[in-house]
Amino acid sequence: MNETVMVLIRTFGILAALLSVGGLLIWLERRLLALWQERYGPNRVGPFGLLQVVVDMVKVLFKEDWVPPFADRPVFVVAPAIIVIVTLLSFAVVPFAPGLAVIDLNIGLLFFLGMSSLGVYSVALAGWASGSKYSLIGGLRSSAQMLAYEVFMGLSLMGVVMQAGSFDLARIVEAQQDTWFIVPQFFGFIVFLIAGIAETHRLPFDLPEAESELVAGFHSEYSGLKFGLFFLGEYLGITLISSLVAVLFLGGWQGPWLPPLAWYLAKTFLFIALFILIRATLPRPRYDQLMAFGWKVCLPVALLNLLATGAFVLLKG
Amino acid sequence: MLSILKSLWTVLVTMFRKRVTIQYPEERPYLPPRWRGRIILSRDPDGKERCVACHLCSAACPVDCIALQAAEDETGRRYPAFFRINFSRCIFCGYCEEACPTYAIQLTPDFEMGEYLRKNLVYEKENLLISGQGKYHGYSFYRVAGLAVGGKDKGEAQNEEKPVDVKSLLP
Repeated sequence: MNETVMVLIRTFGILAALLSVGGLLIWLERRLLALWQERYGPNRVGPFGLLQVVVDMVKVLFKEDWVPPFADRPVFVVAPAIIVIVTLLSFAVVPFAPGLAVIDLNIGLLFFLGMSSLGVYSVALAGWASGSKYSLIGGLRSSAQMLAYEVFMGLSLMGVVMQAGSFDLARIVEAQQDTWFIVPQFFGFIVFLIAGIAETHRLPFDLPEAESELVAGFHSEYSGLKFGLFFLGEYLGITLISSLVAVLFLGGWQGPWLPPLAWYLAKTFLFIALFILIRATLPRPRYDQLMAFGWKVCLPVALLNLLATGAFVLLKG
Repeated sequence: MLSILKSLWTVLVTMFRKRVTIQYPEERPYLPPRWRGRIILSRDPDGKERCVACHLCSAACPVDCIALQAAEDETGRRYPAFFRINFSRCIFCGYCEEACPTYAIQLTPDFEMGEYLRKNLVYEKENLLISGQGKYHGYSFYRVAGLAVGGKDKGEAQNEEKPVDVKSLLP
């Protein structure tokens, strides 16, 4: 009985924390982007403009929730929910601190890869169901991009799995007691980071929603709360990829002096900030450049990294 | 690859630079004296209206936002019977100021003219007239113009010779 209550508290606590982080990231991104462009960003509503989140939420909630007559209605409605649900489900396996995870799954990493692949359906179905050519192009691009980048996202993580000897994320963190995997798995880290940016379709890999050519890509036809869900999904995705980079390559909760949760949060925040910095800096590549980079650079690097790690693990015995 | 890292670094160190935003209602931007803002009508050093109702400003105005009617007082001095500027049309180009021969119409560094009603943007003469001389001090058109006007005859203006009887110049 007591155990069940604890699990419930933990689950809903993590859920509430994640949803508020997803909201706060809107504010954080705008402030950081402004900081890197010599501006202030939203700083009027509340202390440091923090209540901007609330104001934005109210605005999104009260907007007209419109479904275009030419849209495929059921799919159109379901699509934005998919990305939020699968991203939140992925968080179930992330260990925030020792014992602080929704579930200690022994195939945690596979679960994450599966869930993040399901996220493609959200974008592809939204593009298809919108019944607009821009949305469809966005959805198609997104499917191709995900197919390409999903491949070496998984491959880049296999080195970590080989060294840790487990798919369980908590085991992987414990295996980084002495050296963080960013040192032996540096190329894996780089490839995973790039694939992660592509996976969350953030800039510079945001071709599915390229504003300048596709209006807003797959979410052109969305408004109100459904649009808000896509936004939430994107920010949750950033948090998820940042958490995973921290957990898989930077030793998760490991670190001296500070409590484990603080270390985890600090490392995750570092990568969230990096995501935003990359958005502030890099222009969007052409579509063929994106695909060429994926198949001709990242995939070979991931494969070579896998080979080298395999050899290393074999030699070590 | 290196160029990407370099640009990331460049953007990152931007955070230590001074921000260009001016936080408007608290901080005010510096507006130079010749900034083209709200239009006023100035007075001459004697405190009389400088405007002589020549219609040059309304002719120069590209959006036709100036309307006025000329009148003349008992001394022969011209003045506008009404002078109206519709600021909802005005584009603050400053052509009226350039056209004005008497420095009467001037643009000032004031841009805070927001109104809730559009018709409140139509300024009449009493809204436009200021009590001072604006940007050009000590200038009075009737003192330098060779025109007979109340109390001042021909040849009595500044830097003006007495009129010559042309018939006396005949050989």
